[in-house]
Amino acid sequence: MTTTQPGQEMAIDAEAQIDEIESAGPTWFQVIWSSKKARFGVVLLALYVLVAIFAPLIAPYAADDLSFNPVELSSPAHPLGTTTQGADILSQLIWGTRVSLIVGVFGGLFATAVALLIGLVSGYLEGTWVDDVLSFFTNVALVVPTLPLIITLMAYSEVRSIWFTILIIGIISWAGPARGKRAQIITLRNRDFVTAAKFAGDKTFTIIFREILPQMMSLVAAGFFGAATGAIGAEAGLSFLGLGNTESVSWGTMLYQAQLQGALAQGLWLWLLLPGLVLSGLIMALTLINFGIDLISNPHLREDA
Amino acid sequence: MRYFARRLGYFLLTLWAAVTLNFLIPRLQPGDPAEMMVKKLAGKDAELDPAKIAAMRAMLGSPEGNLFDQYVAYLSQLLRGDFGVSYTYFPTPVTDVIAKALPWTLVLVGVTTLLSFVVGIVLGALAAWKRNSLFDSVVTLGSTFIGTLQAFWVALLLLFGFGYILGWFPTSGGYDSSTPGFNLEFLGDAIYHSVLPAAVLLLLTPIGWILGMRNTMIMNLGEDYIRLAKAKGVPDRQVALRYAARNALLPSVTGFAMALGGILGGQLLIEQTFDYPGLGRIMGQAAMSKDYPLLQALLLFTIVGTLLANLVADLLYGVLDPRARKANS
Repeated sequence: MTTTQPGQEMAIDAEAQIDEIESAGPTWFQVIWSSKKARFGVVLLALYVLVAIFAPLIAPYAADDLSFNPVELSSPAHPLGTTTQGADILSQLIWGTRVSLIVGVFGGLFATAVALLIGLVSGYLEGTWVDDVLSFFTNVALVVPTLPLIITLMAYSEVRSIWFTILIIGIISWAGPARGKRAQIITLRNRDFVTAAKFAGDKTFTIIFREILPQMMSLVAAGFFGAATGAIGAEAGLSFLGLGNTESVSWGTMLYQAQLQGALAQGLWLWLLLPGLVLSGLIMALTLINFGIDLISNPHLREDA
Repeated sequence: MRYFARRLGYFLLTLWAAVTLNFLIPRLQPGDPAEMMVKKLAGKDAELDPAKIAAMRAMLGSPEGNLFDQYVAYLSQLLRGDFGVSYTYFPTPVTDVIAKALPWTLVLVGVTTLLSFVVGIVLGALAAWKRNSLFDSVVTLGSTFIGTLQAFWVALLLLFGFGYILGWFPTSGGYDSSTPGFNLEFLGDAIYHSVLPAAVLLLLTPIGWILGMRNTMIMNLGEDYIRLAKAKGVPDRQVALRYAARNALLPSVTGFAMALGGILGGQLLIEQTFDYPGLGRIMGQAAMSKDYPLLQALLLFTIVGTLLANLVADLLYGVLDPRARKANS
């Protein structure tokens, strides 16, 4: 995971620079907050983050504690009931929040870092052999169908930690954002400030990551949230197929079990309904935040927000 | 002409990369891949059929010889159309298993993809043309909301709601008692079984088209040529259809060709949920039961389908948009 470090440093750096540049206008947070949709998304996401952080305090039991009476409907001890294997549904939901957020944050970071590195270098060196090679890999990765490839790779592994899932998802999903960043940098690299930096004798890497990258932070942020959303969805899908990580219970695992055990036939409809609902809520929060980020990069959209 | 030659060359190069990737994946594991896989399977089947080990060897090519020899053997096998033998349906060749599932996916996903595209384009164009109207808000917010729902969860809800609770539709499989073939009884049966999976796909797949079409169309509506057309007094309807929508359709055509290629992958999660006998379910099962020859063949099949669709999309784009031809040659 060493590849994420340069990206992170840059991000902090770039934020400072963007603040400087936009000190006259509204800050990025004001722009996001000004949109009702995005504001709702930020609040919703904050809720999920709180639940994930305080999971040990909120959750009544451990997610893999199977010691309760199976198939119990709502009761004071188990407000949402228990599964056919005797796990507490509420606790599984709460702990599952952690899994999804970890997958989202790290899957998103990983994919964004790879996308940045490949997209920016290839775009800046457009027309050279470096660009040809990088673009070729990007295009191959782009056309290879994501889910079948992830599933194939997962099928070869016996024990799967959450980090393995993140790694596989990250490796597969950098290509789209990389292409976007390549296109963006091509429009930026002939601007005056880049020429100035070149004449000042800056190295290519310095120009790309210190001069140009800060100009496209909103695109990077949007890419991150997009990748995080994709990673969360992919993890849920994999777990639903029974190919997710084998060490912790996620919302996808819950749905997999719920279908396998015929949750509805036993009256456990909350078991089937809730994991999908909280998953959709999280994905909606991220999507709404991305609307807000779009407002930063495209001021034309702001008027009707 | 150079544009087309370039695209074709690119296709062949990507195809080679994809085939090589497919060759490498089973070999990424440490140790002798065939031995590793046989060991994994031995944990499950107490009695290991020697013929199955042979199948594994066949998929991996000769385990003797270096990587390059194996690669050459693998390529010549592919050229002969020999993808090995499935474990789960032993001793049926992988290609037979795929051929049996293919029609199911082609019909279900093919029809819904086509319908979704048409519905999505029309709704998206209308929403963009009537931007900020009630219709636009309903369509845009509605698609955004539905878009956040996970397809397999929607599938589960429909399955339990309409299948188990109401009992209106069958809960699994592609047909019941009727014999497959071209008779009315079977076709009716198959359509009856496909209603729920098709409903999920028709609910969710238009969303991408709607939002994509709306965005490009809005961008196009801001262009100078639209302003010029309006200033010339071209009727609104004509500006919307012949000017804006026509140009906005371009990226979607490429996307549609890609989606057609994606059909071959099936709708994994949906088919799995409804136990629908298509390619997606076979792939899910192959992954679960570690039927590697079948899994690898399906992956390759899916990739090649997408690549071909991509090539068609590129060629089509070259025909439709002269700018693409110029920029790339």
